[in-house]
Amino acid sequence: MSLLKEELERNLNKPEVDKASLRKVAWVRKDLLGLQELSREELELILSTAESFKEVISREIKKVPTLRGKTVVNLFYEPSTRTRTSFEVAAKRLSADVINISTDSSSVRKGETLIDTGKNIEALKVDIIVVRHNYSGAAAMLARNVHASVINAGDGWHEHPTQALLDIFTLKEKLGRIEGLNVSIVGDIAHSRVARSNIWGLTKLGAHVTVCAPPLLIPVSIEEMGVKVTSDVEAALKEADAVNVLRMQFERDTENAFPRQLEYFKNFGITVDRLKHAKKNILVMHPGPINRGIEISSEVADGPNSVILEQVTNGIAVRMAVLFLVAQAHDQLRSKARTRGAKKI
Amino acid sequence: MLMKEKSRIMDKDGLVRTLTRMAHEILEKNKGTEGLVIVGVRTRGAVLAERLAVLMEEIDQYKPPVGVLDITLYRDDLSSIAQQPVVHKTEIDFDIQDKKVILVDDVLYTGRTIRAALDEIVDFGRPLFIQLAVLLDRGHRELPIRADYVGKNIPTSLKETVEVRLKETDGVDEVVVMENME
Amino acid sequence: MKILIKNGFVVDPSSGFNDVMDILIENSLISRVEKNIQDAFDTLIDATDKIVMPGLVDMHVHLREPGREDKETVSSGTKAALRGGVTSVLAMPNTTPAIDSVEQVKLLKKIVQKTAHANVFLSSAITKGRMGQEVVDIVALKNEGVVALTDDGDSVDSTEVMREALMKARDANMLIICHSEDRSLVKNGVINLGLISTQLGLRGIPKESEYKRVERDLQLASATGAAIHIAHVSCCESIALIAEAKAKGTRVTAETAPHYFTLCDEDLMGYDTNLKMNPPLRTCKDREALRVALRDGILDAIASDHAPHTENEKEIEFDRAEFGVIGLETELAVSITELIETRLLDWSALVQKMANNPAKILGILKGTLKVGADADIIIVDSKREWTVTKECFASMSNNSSFLGRTLKGKVVCTIYGGKVVFKNT
Repeated sequence: MSLLKEELERNLNKPEVDKASLRKVAWVRKDLLGLQELSREELELILSTAESFKEVISREIKKVPTLRGKTVVNLFYEPSTRTRTSFEVAAKRLSADVINISTDSSSVRKGETLIDTGKNIEALKVDIIVVRHNYSGAAAMLARNVHASVINAGDGWHEHPTQALLDIFTLKEKLGRIEGLNVSIVGDIAHSRVARSNIWGLTKLGAHVTVCAPPLLIPVSIEEMGVKVTSDVEAALKEADAVNVLRMQFERDTENAFPRQLEYFKNFGITVDRLKHAKKNILVMHPGPINRGIEISSEVADGPNSVILEQVTNGIAVRMAVLFLVAQAHDQLRSKARTRGAKKI
Repeated sequence: MLMKEKSRIMDKDGLVRTLTRMAHEILEKNKGTEGLVIVGVRTRGAVLAERLAVLMEEIDQYKPPVGVLDITLYRDDLSSIAQQPVVHKTEIDFDIQDKKVILVDDVLYTGRTIRAALDEIVDFGRPLFIQLAVLLDRGHRELPIRADYVGKNIPTSLKETVEVRLKETDGVDEVVVMENME
Repeated sequence: MKILIKNGFVVDPSSGFNDVMDILIENSLISRVEKNIQDAFDTLIDATDKIVMPGLVDMHVHLREPGREDKETVSSGTKAALRGGVTSVLAMPNTTPAIDSVEQVKLLKKIVQKTAHANVFLSSAITKGRMGQEVVDIVALKNEGVVALTDDGDSVDSTEVMREALMKARDANMLIICHSEDRSLVKNGVINLGLISTQLGLRGIPKESEYKRVERDLQLASATGAAIHIAHVSCCESIALIAEAKAKGTRVTAETAPHYFTLCDEDLMGYDTNLKMNPPLRTCKDREALRVALRDGILDAIASDHAPHTENEKEIEFDRAEFGVIGLETELAVSITELIETRLLDWSALVQKMANNPAKILGILKGTLKVGADADIIIVDSKREWTVTKECFASMSNNSSFLGRTLKGKVVCTIYGGKVVFKNT
C-alpha cells in the first residue's frame, strides 16, 4: 500500500493533467486570416494543439480520422510548391480530401473575380479554402464572401500566419520559450508577409524583435509595431537567440529598391564569419526556398545552427492544428445555427 | 443545467477495494503481468490505469508499462460536443505489437469513446488482443461493446450522470450519481 | 401656387435667419420669411421641431454622364442629390469625353435640360482632354455658362501650363478648382503612407503628394492673382499652407469631404474598398485637424466628392478597386452626426459650409433663403436616426463609406424651384 501512496503523492504534485484540459480560451474563429487579430491565448492554443499533432506525425501511422468527409481546397494564385504541399499533407493526415486549384489550371485567367471563384468553389460543398494570393487583403475579402472557412496561406505583403506560427513553434520547441527571446528578422522586410506575421506573433508572445534590411526595404513606421530597426546585420545578430532569414526575391523588384545580389550577400548575407560574432547556439531559420549565396551561405544553411528542415516538419503539425481548429469552430457554429433553426419550427 | 447529487456509490476505501479486485482479476485472467500493457483514456482513465499498474506491481512485483490515449482526434462528434476538447498528446512510448493491451476508462456509457480508443490503438500496431477494464458500467450502450472487467454496474436513467472523482484530478476519491433537476 | 412652411427653425446666416419662422413660397420664389405668416396658401407644410435651411450646394459631384452611364447619370445623380438635401450640384468634367469645349458643354446642357431633377452647374476641364497641355478657351466656355474650371482626377503637372491657365482665368474672372496631387510621388499607392499601410502591406501615398502640390498651386495663385479653390483637402499640412495663404491675402478657398473628417486610415483594417478614395483617408491626427479647420473657417466648404462606381469595380481586391465613394445622400447626415452632435459647429456654420459658401465661391445665386431667391429649401429632422444600407440609395451605385452606420438627421422634405420634389415621412 505504501507504493500506491507514493504514486498518488507523486501524481498529486503534477496536476497538469486536468488543469490543462480546462480550456481557458476557446477557438471560435471560422477563419485564420492573420496573427494581428489573434490574442496571446489564441496563439498559445494553436501552438499547444500543434504539439499534439507533432506527436501524431511521428507515429508509424501518421493519419488520424479527425477531418474525414471534409474537403479542403488549396486555391493558389501564386506559385508555391512548399506551402501548398505542406497544407496538402496536413489535410491528408487529418483524413480530409484535398483539391488543388492554381492559376494555371482554373478560370482565374479568364477574368473571373476572386469572389465568384470562391462562391463556385463553395458550391462544390467545400469546407475549408486555403488561399494564397498576390494582393494584400485578398484572404479577408474571400472570407467575408463565403461560408466556408478561409485560411490565409499568404496575401500580398500582408500576412502569412501559418509560416510565422511554424517559425514560432520551432523556436519554442528548440529554446523552450518565446517570452524574452531576441529574434532578428533579416531581409526584404518591406515586401514580406512572413516578416509581418512574425512581428505580430512574436511581440504578442513577449519576444524582442529586431528587423534588419537595407534602408529602402524597411517600411515606414515599422518601429511603431514594437520592433527595433537596423541596417547593420552584425548588430542584428549580436544579441539574437534566433535569426529568421528572409528569401530575397530579386525578380519582384519593380521599384528598383533592391541592392544588387552580390552587394546584398556582401552586406546582409548570413555567413559563418558573421555568425562568429553571434551567440554560439543562435538558431538560423528560413521560410524557404533558400537562395544559397544570396541571403545565406551554404555552410550556414547546412550547418549546426540551421533548423530549416525542422521548420518544414513543424509546418505540417502547425497546419494540422489550424485546419483542426477552424473545422471544429466552423462545425460548432453550424450546429448552433441548426439548433436555432430547429427551435423556430 | 441544474444538477443535484442523488447518491454516493463509492468512497475512498470502496474505490481502493474495487481497483484492487480488478487488478487481481486482470492478473488472474492473463496469468500474470507478462506481455501486459495498460493504456488509459485521458483524463481519468489514465489515472486509473496508473493506479492499476501500481496495484499489479504490489501483487506481481512487476509494473506493466502504462500509456495514455487522447482520443479527441478519433471522436465522431466534433460538432455536437458543447465544449471544444483540447487536443493533448497521446503518450504510448512502448511497442504494442503482439502485446496484451488492457484499455482502461472510468465510465462505460454509449461505447463511443471506446470505439474511438480502439481505432486509435490499432493505428499504433497490432496487439495480441485488447481487453477493456472500466470502473463503472452505467448501461445505455449505442455500440456493441462490452467490458471484460467492471468495477461496479450501476443502472442509471438518462437524466442522471455518473461522476468519478479522483484525488489526482479532483482532490477526492469518490463516485457519485448526479441527477438533472430540469 | 403658394406653399407655406410653418413653425420651422429657419437657419440661413446669409439672410441672418436663426429662429422659428414661417416661409411663404410664391411662384417658385421665396416671397416672405417672417414670424407667424397669416396668408392664403395652396399647400401647408408643418415644420414644427424641424430645421429649415436652404437647399445644399455640393460643389464636387461626379455625375459620370456622358460616358459612364452604368455608374450614374444626370438623372440618377440629381435624384440622389434631392434625397440628400442637395438642390444644386457642380458637375465635374472628367467624363468620357471630357467637358472641355463649347460643343461638349452644349451636349451636356441638353442632357441636363431633359433629365436633371435638380440644379446642375457645369464646370469644364482646365486643359483640353484633361491632358495638362493646352488650356481651354475660357472666355467661350464662360459665355456658355461654365462656372469653374478643373482637371479634377488629375492635377495640371506643368507649372507653366497652370500659370497660363490661372492668368487667363483671372482675366475672365473664372474660378479654378485645384485637384492638388503630384502623381510622381503617389506611384502605385492605394492608402495613406504610414503605420497602417505598413501593417496592411499596401503601397502608401505620401502626404507630400498632396501638400507639395497645394503649395505650388497657392504660390501660383498668389503670383497671378487668380482665384483658386482647393478640392478635397485631406491632411493637416495642406490646412496649414491654406491658412498661411489666406492670411497673406491669396484668393483661395478650400473644401473637404465628410469621409475625411469622419474616418481615418485605421478604419481600413478590413480592406474595405468603400474606404478607398483619392486622396486617401489620412491619420486620425489629420482627421482632427480637418475638424478644427472647419470650425475655424480655414476650410470654407463641405463637398461630397460623390464618385459612383459599379460593384464590379469595387468588390475586387483592394489594389485593383477604383478610387472614390458616393456621398450625396449621406453628406448632410454625416455632417450633423459628426459636427453638430459633437458641438463643433452650430447649425448656422453648417449651412454656411454646405450652402452659402459653395454658392458664393461659385458665384451662383443659390444656397440662400433671401426673399426673392429661388425656392430651394430643405426641411430636416435633426433627431431622426437611420442606418445606411445598400438599398437606401437613389444613386445607381452604392459604394458608400458609411454603409452600416447609424446617422442622425434626415431630410424629410426637399423643395426645389418651389415644388416639393422629395418627401420622407
